Amino acid sequence: MAADLLHVTLLSMFVSVSATLLASAMAVPLGTIMGLREFRGKEVVRTVTYTLYGFPPVVAGLLIYLMLSRQGPLGSLNLLFTPTAMILAQMVLVFPIVTGLTMSSVSEVAKDVKETAMTLGADRWQTAKTVLNEARIGVISAVMVGFGRAIAEVGAVIIVGGNIKWHTRVLTTAIVLETRRGNFEYALVLGVVLLSVALMVFLVLKRYQDKGIRI
Amino acid sequence: MKEARKKLLVMLVVLVLITSGLIAWRITASEDVLRLATTTSTYDSGLLDEIIPHFEETYDVRVKIIAVGTKQALELGRRGDADVLLVHAPEMEEGFVEEGHGKYRYDVMYNEFVLVGPKDDPAGIEGMDDPTEAFEKVYDDQAIFCSRGDGSGTHIKEMNIWEKAGFDYNEIDDRDNEWYRSFGQGMGDTLRNAHELDAYTLTDEATYLSIKDEIDDLIIHVKNDSAMLNQYGVIPVNGAVHPELAEDFADWMISQEVQNMIDDYTEEGEKLFTANA
Amino acid sequence: MKGEDLCKSFEDEVILDDLSISVCHGELLAIIGPSGVGKTTLLRILNGLLPPDRGKVWLMDEVLKFENDSDLEARRKMALLSQEPFPLSKTVWDNVAYPLRLRDEDEVEERVTDALEHVNLLEMADRMANNLSSGELQRMAFARATVFEPKVLLLDEFTAHLDPYNITVLEDAVEWYVDEKNAAVVMVTHNLFQAKRISHTTALLLEKQIVERGKTEKIFEEPEDDRTQGFVNGEMVF
Repeated sequence: MAADLLHVTLLSMFVSVSATLLASAMAVPLGTIMGLREFRGKEVVRTVTYTLYGFPPVVAGLLIYLMLSRQGPLGSLNLLFTPTAMILAQMVLVFPIVTGLTMSSVSEVAKDVKETAMTLGADRWQTAKTVLNEARIGVISAVMVGFGRAIAEVGAVIIVGGNIKWHTRVLTTAIVLETRRGNFEYALVLGVVLLSVALMVFLVLKRYQDKGIRI
Repeated sequence: MKEARKKLLVMLVVLVLITSGLIAWRITASEDVLRLATTTSTYDSGLLDEIIPHFEETYDVRVKIIAVGTKQALELGRRGDADVLLVHAPEMEEGFVEEGHGKYRYDVMYNEFVLVGPKDDPAGIEGMDDPTEAFEKVYDDQAIFCSRGDGSGTHIKEMNIWEKAGFDYNEIDDRDNEWYRSFGQGMGDTLRNAHELDAYTLTDEATYLSIKDEIDDLIIHVKNDSAMLNQYGVIPVNGAVHPELAEDFADWMISQEVQNMIDDYTEEGEKLFTANA
Repeated sequence: MKGEDLCKSFEDEVILDDLSISVCHGELLAIIGPSGVGKTTLLRILNGLLPPDRGKVWLMDEVLKFENDSDLEARRKMALLSQEPFPLSKTVWDNVAYPLRLRDEDEVEERVTDALEHVNLLEMADRMANNLSSGELQRMAFARATVFEPKVLLLDEFTAHLDPYNITVLEDAVEWYVDEKNAAVVMVTHNLFQAKRISHTTALLLEKQIVERGKTEKIFEEPEDDRTQGFVNGEMVF
């Protein structure tokens, strides 16, 4: 059982950390640009992003399932019931959250920082980096929230992963299984482990929040 | 500034590499995998965790067991997302084969459905032979009844009994029938709910036995092995990734050796299945 | 530095109409005028931050194009100091070093030290910039804006709200900067005494135009325009 628990925990971390990193790698730059610039339809994009915060994980799972199913468009990749599929499904959930929250934090500081940076001679790229650095508390919060969503969700990973022992069973899906089997105490233990994992990740992220990034 | 841009580019490239590495690894690693779709109640009995490793060793394959609801398992088969099915809904299974989604089906094992209820038996169905009569009595007395309501094999059996007793299931499942509670959950949870509500429910004997201690206020009232059989079947799926492997699995399930393992399998001292290939 | 025939409107309200102004190396020009008349707008146009509707801005021989980064070289020779500067979330030292790092320049250590010394801020180099008093903040902003030796320094009421000590330090720093680096300084101010104290020339911005411009003593003692006379006497002038 201990080997079980370890495997499940490591897989949870692998899937959710990967999903958060990959999604954030795209979402943070996108959110920064969106926060800095004015463009046609900005309000619409913002509203859509906010709505996607509430994207039901199980629906995300279903959509990815339909795409990865043998009958689906990407069926030939044989990705169904693998951790990769789980990462993809979680990326769908994390992406709008990190984009939207980054956009908000950046917008808040954008005007002042932009002007200061530009009057001191920053080019567009440097300005963006300076703004991002100033907004880092909000941006790292965004990543934390995104990660929280990923590690705690079960609807998406259970559909695309299948909760297969040793292969695609993570903490949340294991909790579902144990609950279904009536092992409530063990299920709670798994819950505590999940929270501990989240705590560890948050502590790491918090260090970046405090120390910041050098230009 | 050029430095920073370079660093970012490197990071992006690394990310892309990791992602494609993952995908490639997955694709190549799919060589020796057999995907078995089964029901949650079958999986939860623990039988598969016990016998599947033998198959994996003998045939040098990895078996991925996906435990979902009966209808979802069949859908996975239809879509080619599973290579072989092990479920317990004979009528639906036959339909599946007839539609051409499955090659054929073999009987593998059975256990029984039983009608369980509160110890004090308010509807007085104890010892009845005929489940349809028992259901009629429950209906007349408006005794609380819990249903899985999820299209599972058990639920289908339940619906069949209602129909045989002359009821229109849609009328049973009607909002106004407060005594009929449809949960949309697995067998274990449904049993626990019945336990909480002091209600009757139809369950497969295996699940009941495996959580008997938790639900000690419920006992078996009606048991009839001819009328309430829960027959399990194995079906190799047409369009499986490794068709020969799928058929090997079906053959393996009905082999004497495995049939003996099934008969010998117990959980908490209770025998859960009877092999009947 | 020269702004030629500048026109700027905000939402149908004309702020600047065919306004021309110029300032030379080593000259400290004060711009005075009533509140809200467009002094800040003018500075932002000159700095390359805000494109004018019509007209041109010249920095030495170059015309500003106001398009993304095409003016970068020119912009890097100018600095704008606002009334309420924004501290970057770093130490005082890193704030002042920031423009040098942007330009990937050397001798960061000496130059930052020098700049901080000139505003009496060296002891606070390791403090976090968001913990400064307004006087300290403005002094830091001044160091930050001059550490890279811009040829043009634009000051927007930069000592408003400050106590006498800070005003003195900053005014001394500005004077030193103009003389030592032969820079052109445009100083928008409400404080006529300040204008009289340190500027070489003064211009009055009124009614979307520069109404009068000339040597500071002259503007204050013998202005040519009646409106100027009225303004420096503290009357409300339209």
